[in-house]
Amino acid sequence: MFKNKDRYLSFLLVLPSILAVMIFIYGFIGWSIRVSLSQWKGLNPNFAWAGLNNYIELFSDPRFMVDIRNTVIFTVVFVVGCIVVGFFLAVMLDQGLKGEAFFRTLFLFPMAISFIVTGVVWRWLMNPATGSRMSGLNLLFSYLHLDFLINNWHTTPTWGIAAVALAAIWQMSGYTMALYLAGLRSIPLELREAAQIDGASEWQIYRHVILPILTPVTLSALIILGHISLKVFDLIIAMAGKQLALDVPAIYMWQTTFDGLFYARGAAIATLLLISVAVLIIPYMWFTLRSEKQL
Amino acid sequence: MKAKSLRIGKNWLYAPLIFMSIFYLLPMYVMLVTGFKPFEEVNLKTMWALPHTIAFDNYVEAFRHLAPSLRNSFVMVIPATIISSFLGSLNGYVLAKWKFKGADVIFPLILFGMFIPYQSILIPLVQFMKSANLTGIPGLILAHVIYGIPITTLTFRNYYASLPQELIEAARIDGANMLGVYRWILLPISIPSFVVVLIWQFTSAWNDFLFAVVLTGNEQWPITVALNNMAGSQIIAWNVQMAGSLLAALPTLLVYLFLGQYFLRGLLAGSLKG
Repeated sequence: MFKNKDRYLSFLLVLPSILAVMIFIYGFIGWSIRVSLSQWKGLNPNFAWAGLNNYIELFSDPRFMVDIRNTVIFTVVFVVGCIVVGFFLAVMLDQGLKGEAFFRTLFLFPMAISFIVTGVVWRWLMNPATGSRMSGLNLLFSYLHLDFLINNWHTTPTWGIAAVALAAIWQMSGYTMALYLAGLRSIPLELREAAQIDGASEWQIYRHVILPILTPVTLSALIILGHISLKVFDLIIAMAGKQLALDVPAIYMWQTTFDGLFYARGAAIATLLLISVAVLIIPYMWFTLRSEKQL
Repeated sequence: MKAKSLRIGKNWLYAPLIFMSIFYLLPMYVMLVTGFKPFEEVNLKTMWALPHTIAFDNYVEAFRHLAPSLRNSFVMVIPATIISSFLGSLNGYVLAKWKFKGADVIFPLILFGMFIPYQSILIPLVQFMKSANLTGIPGLILAHVIYGIPITTLTFRNYYASLPQELIEAARIDGANMLGVYRWILLPISIPSFVVVLIWQFTSAWNDFLFAVVLTGNEQWPITVALNNMAGSQIIAWNVQMAGSLLAALPTLLVYLFLGQYFLRGLLAGSLKG
């Protein structure tokens, strides 16, 4: 009896959100793409057609090439680091040790902090000054007579970006641990017991039973971390400011648009970022939502 | 025999775990210890040493610099969190229990908004806020409400979808309409989900930097922007910076310490899992 009235009402309830999403996400994305195809430079909008010129220019822009290289190095170090550290932390915590809750809390707390705070603190820890001005981790290494570990961190050309990735691993490896721990806890105990009865060693159980079951978790972690690393912005701003050697697309976009007023170029960088994230996320969403439906 | 060797193996695990704990705690240690050092003890050579006397001067000075932006952060985060959570709850209810035609297309379209790089909407957003005269904190609240819709909708939709349809049918037979079912049946039992979403939204709005830096000026800076600019200035000593970092991190750290399990659930929801 209420059915039709209720259907309309339900639609009306979500209508504001749907409109907001359509305008502020999809409309704005379209608007950005349009700007990326325009000649807009300077304060006043200029939508004169430029075709793909802004994109072509980017790929012959040395700064953008540095950005791509930095993004690749950052992504590899960050994603591999988080997955390796997160997986081993999860496996260790899954052994039923005393104090598990304490360690879990400890490994996850950096997630609650902003990238800005992480960046400010790690900039101090990674202070590259030497001699009497030595501080931070370098000073600690010097105390511990681990002098071979003393280095210039994020000020090193080419690989400096890996030092920023180290701070990002500090922040996000607990998240990977949480993903793996949830995955490990969902594996039925009988499965491990069965493998044990068959004479498999602990190592073989992990290698042939548990790791394959956790493949979807690893895939989720890869995609979530990968898309975070493509977007990395705040952490680098806080650790390195606008140092060119540590430039990434998100910083270039911000600077060229709002400091340099090259709106069309900024929009082109933003569009390339969106495409690279979409290539990861859309298949992931597709499979996740489809497998949910099959349940 | 086997069980025994396993047990010995387990105790060995404390060595790598403690080593990793040190890695996670080092930045916290430096932040805390440095923040409490009196001015005359601030010396690079004693950076890793404990302070001889505990001083609060750095906190007083950091607070003097950051108090306005701390207030801005609270003024911005509280409404943004409440509104986006409530919208997410309504959306989740409809998308889980009152699917209209096209709801199955709308849901992934909303979800995708959770993953987009915000750079791809930044130029229109700034232009829109300027032309709508929504600069400063109101604009920032609006941005957090809108871009929070995907994650809040996902969390509530997953929760409501897990509830049996009979619950709703029974209430409807008793004469409740769809709003009535929401108000009297679902709202009361979704308090735990509200806690998860409120905490998650509080944390992400508090920690945001990108929207804040493009949408606010000097007077309305939230804490992240103010801290970043304070740390970038040459005048402020690094012990004050460390004290400021702790002030900026404290609200979300406290939430995490007291409500950690809800924080974790919000975290896992972000990977599309229920």
